[in-house]
This record gives sequence, structure tokens and C-alpha cells, in this order.
Amino acid sequence: MKKSTSTNINLLPGIVILGLLIIWQIISQLNIIPTYMLPSPISVIEAFVSDFGNLMSNMWITLLEALWGLLLGIILGLLIALVMDMFEPIYRAVYPLLVISQTVPTVAIAPLLILWFGYGIMPKVVLITITTFFPVAVEMLDGFRSTDHDLITLMKTFGASRWKIYYYVKFPSSIDNFFASLKISVAYSVVSAVIAEWVGGFNGLGVYMTRVMKAYSYDKMFAVIFLISIISLLLIFLVNLLQKIMTPWRNSHHEQSRSSN
Amino acid sequence: MDQIEIKNIKKSFGSHQILNDISIHVDSHEIVSILGVSGVGKTTLFNIVAGISNPDQGQVIYNQQDITGQSGFFSYMLQKDLLLPYRTIMGNAILPSIIKNTSKKEAIQKAAPAFKIFGLEGTENKYPNQLSGGMRQRAALLRTYLASKNVNLLDEPFSALDELTKRNIYKWYLDLNQKIGTTTLLITHSVDEAVTLSDRVYILSGQPATITKELVIDSPQKRTDDFELTEDFLKYKKEILTSL
Ligand SMILES: Nc1ncnc2c1ncn2[C@@H]1O[C@H](COP(=O)(O)OP(=O)(O)OP(=O)(O)O)[C@@H](O)[C@H]1O
Ligand SMILES: [Mg+2]
Repeated sequence: MKKSTSTNINLLPGIVILGLLIIWQIISQLNIIPTYMLPSPISVIEAFVSDFGNLMSNMWITLLEALWGLLLGIILGLLIALVMDMFEPIYRAVYPLLVISQTVPTVAIAPLLILWFGYGIMPKVVLITITTFFPVAVEMLDGFRSTDHDLITLMKTFGASRWKIYYYVKFPSSIDNFFASLKISVAYSVVSAVIAEWVGGFNGLGVYMTRVMKAYSYDKMFAVIFLISIISLLLIFLVNLLQKIMTPWRNSHHEQSRSSN
Repeated sequence: MDQIEIKNIKKSFGSHQILNDISIHVDSHEIVSILGVSGVGKTTLFNIVAGISNPDQGQVIYNQQDITGQSGFFSYMLQKDLLLPYRTIMGNAILPSIIKNTSKKEAIQKAAPAFKIFGLEGTENKYPNQLSGGMRQRAALLRTYLASKNVNLLDEPFSALDELTKRNIYKWYLDLNQKIGTTTLLITHSVDEAVTLSDRVYILSGQPATITKELVIDSPQKRTDDFELTEDFLKYKKEILTSL
């Protein structure tokens, strides 16, 4: 019984999206908004299919940038969290700067990065790294600092070194924080890649988007937007899957509580 | 030889003095209990003995060596079970060995037989959240035992167990103590537990807390199965209750 209600909840967003698409299609078909301004869903799908090759070749570039940037962002975020957790004075000195750094809009730094690093993949990766390290750093720092103090005490009675305390207690205790930040950073990474490509580049979904926009092919532009959403959703789905695999004690808990019902 | 001497310990938190001039000693192979009401400062004292927190005054001496403020000499089972939720019971049990760089395989070999003794067979690959409160406490006790130091500090190790399990565990612990010759300092709320297990009992009371009584449990019937039903047992119990 419980299970059927939960599948209903999972279906609900799908139903809402389908409903919106139908309304959108009707609006276009009745010409309430002219189709050159808002292409109908069906024409967007047609554009997606006919343009599939182009979309894919550009997607790989964007995806490559996003994943490199994300990887570097995660590493940088983890390092910053680690150093700030290990050294209290650094925490107090750096934390405010870290927050201030996030008030600088990415669109503003993108042209600068292109000036410094050229039109290749490099400025994109740098921009993504800058935007994705922050959630990881803040969340991991929070995880490290809120680790049960008694667990650390226990590790000390086992004679554990500082590194072993991180390895056996602080990192695993912060795994939920890590995945929470990863979900945010994954979404940021794709959007940042597209923004960086808008500003300048030779290929990628952002470049392609500006190109079709200048040609007034709004159906193609919507197809790109559609693709970007799908990529982000797929990546977040993968992160959720990874989280499930890496936190088996959670699953076992659910199984137990379900069977005891 | 394992001799612990705790000398003139004083400890305050802010302006609130918790411990005043506490001196106790534990000799090789002894089981010594500290009995006292909740909040009197038992855990505070243990943290000092374990070297996790520093006393304001006084020393902890282990085999003639001053170890005040140094941890890693004793196995310490803290009041909460503190099993790592993301490691299986086996993963938890072998943690002290792994931290000392024993190989995982070797640590498992050493730990596996102990699961039976602690009544934890079949839980090796379960996670702590799949165990009952009593099982978790036994698992924590198992881990403390596997940390294999000569001296065990146990902070209310049996409080989550039912009466029957408790009796078995007491017996088992007394046997173990005789077989391996561990030395134990134990905190408890339970007068029965203190009398059953201990060679000596210290009573901690007052504000700030001091040792108000030391009682030697040396009845000849001690360590027989029916010790709890003897007059000696009642006599000790009475003596403790009147001084609490
Ligand atoms: N870190 C701390 N900071 C301030 N006060 C503390 C701290 N730790 C303990 N106390 C206080 O010291 C007193 C003794 O605490 P302690 O934990 O030693 O009691 P206990 O005898 O172990 O009690 P219980 O049997 O309930 O575990 C309490 O009043 C407690 O509030
Ligand atoms: Mg306590």
C-alpha cells in the first residue's frame, strides 16, 4: 500500500510536465503566441531529431568541460575544507573571503578568463572549477566540523593519528554533506559550461545556442535548452545512484524498517 | 604488571568544580568499580584517566610512569556505544587493530571467534542500525575487548542489557578476567553490578565529588554462582546504599 502511494508521487511531476506540454502545444497551434516567438513542442522535438548529430557533437565538448571543471572543483573544495578544518586560524581568516568570492557573478569573470586563457577549453574549465568548488568546500567543512566529538575521542583512545581520524571518521561521517554538495555542483557545472561558451569559443552547446539564436531558429534553440536540462537531470540521477551504492547502511536500514511494518 | 594510580585529581568546568582531590588505585588483575549518582562526575574522571582531558591538578600514573593527559594506554569504552554507522559490526570490531596497522585479514581472523563469546554470531556483516540496543552495546564491548590493551576502562558497559544477559555477561567477564588477567576500572549505576563484579568499590559523591568510601569485596563466596543470594552480598549492598 505504502509502495503504491510512493509511485504515485514519483509519477506526479511527469503528469504535470505532460500537462504543461499539452497546454503549450495548444497555445502554439491556436497561434495565441506566434510560433516564431514560441515554437510548439512538436516542432522542438522535430528540430531535436533533425539536428541530433550537431547537438551530440557539441554536447560532448560541453560535457567534457563540465566534468573536468567539476573534478577539479571537487578536489579544490575538498582541499580547502580540509585545510580550514585542520587549522582554526585559517578557517577564521579564509571563510569570509570564501563567501565574498561567491558574490562575484560568473558572467562577469567569463570574459576575463577568455582574455587570459584563450578560446579553448581552458577558460571554461577554470570557470566551472570556480563555481563548483564552493558548495563542496562549505558542505564538507560543515561535515568535518559537526562530526560527533565522542567518535574522535574514541579514535584517539585507539591511538589514531590525525590522518587516520580523517580517513576513518571525518570523511565517512561527511558523506551525506558530500553528496548534497555534489548535486548542486553538478547542476552548476553544466550551466557554467554553457555560460562560458556563450562568451566565446569554437564549439559546445553554448556556442551552438548563440549561433542558432542569431539565425532566429528558435525551435533549435529550444532543442538545445531541452538537451541541457536532460544532461543535468541525468547527471543528478547518476549522483543519486552513486550515493545509494556508497551508503549501503542506509539501504539496509530502510529494508529493515519496511519489513518490520 | 598493570598498576594505575590516580593522585589528587581536581577538575572544574568554568567556575563549577566537579572533582576534588580524587585518589584511587587499581592493581594488576583487579576489577575496581566507581559507583555514584548521575552527574556526579564519573565520566569526567574517566576522561582524565584515559588521557582525553586534562585535570586541573593531580596525576595519572601507570606503572610508575606519569601519563597525565596522554591517551592510547588503555582501552576505553565510552558511555555511548559509538559504533561507526557506516561500518559493519565486523568493520567496527577490527577498527582498533586496523588503526595499529594490522592487516585486515589478520584482524578479522582474530575477531571472528570473539563474536560467539559475545553472542553476536551472524551480525558480522550487519550495520549498527540493524542491531538492538543491547546488541550494539555488546558489539561496543567486543570492540573494546579486541583493542587488547591490558587495562579496560568501561563506562557503564552493561547498562542497556536485560537482567538475564547481564548475568551471563558478568560471568563471562569474570572468567575472561581470570583467564587473560585483564585489569578493569568500571563505572556503574548498579549496586548489584558493583558487588558482583568488583574486587573493590569506590563511592564517589558530593559536590564537588570526593571518594567517600572504599569497600573491599572479599567474601569467600564471591565468584560462586549464587553469590547474589548470600548474606555477604546483602551486607555489602547495605553498606553501599547507606553511604550513597
Ligand atoms: N565538557 C563539559 N563542560 C561543562 N560541564 C561539563 C562537561 N562535561 C561534564 N560537565 C558537567 O560535569 C558534571 C559531571 O558530568 P559527568 O558526565 O562526569 O557525570 P556522570 O557521573 O558520568 O553522570 P552519568 O552517570 O549520568 O553519566 C555534570 O554536572 C555535567 O554537566
Ligand atoms: Mg557518565
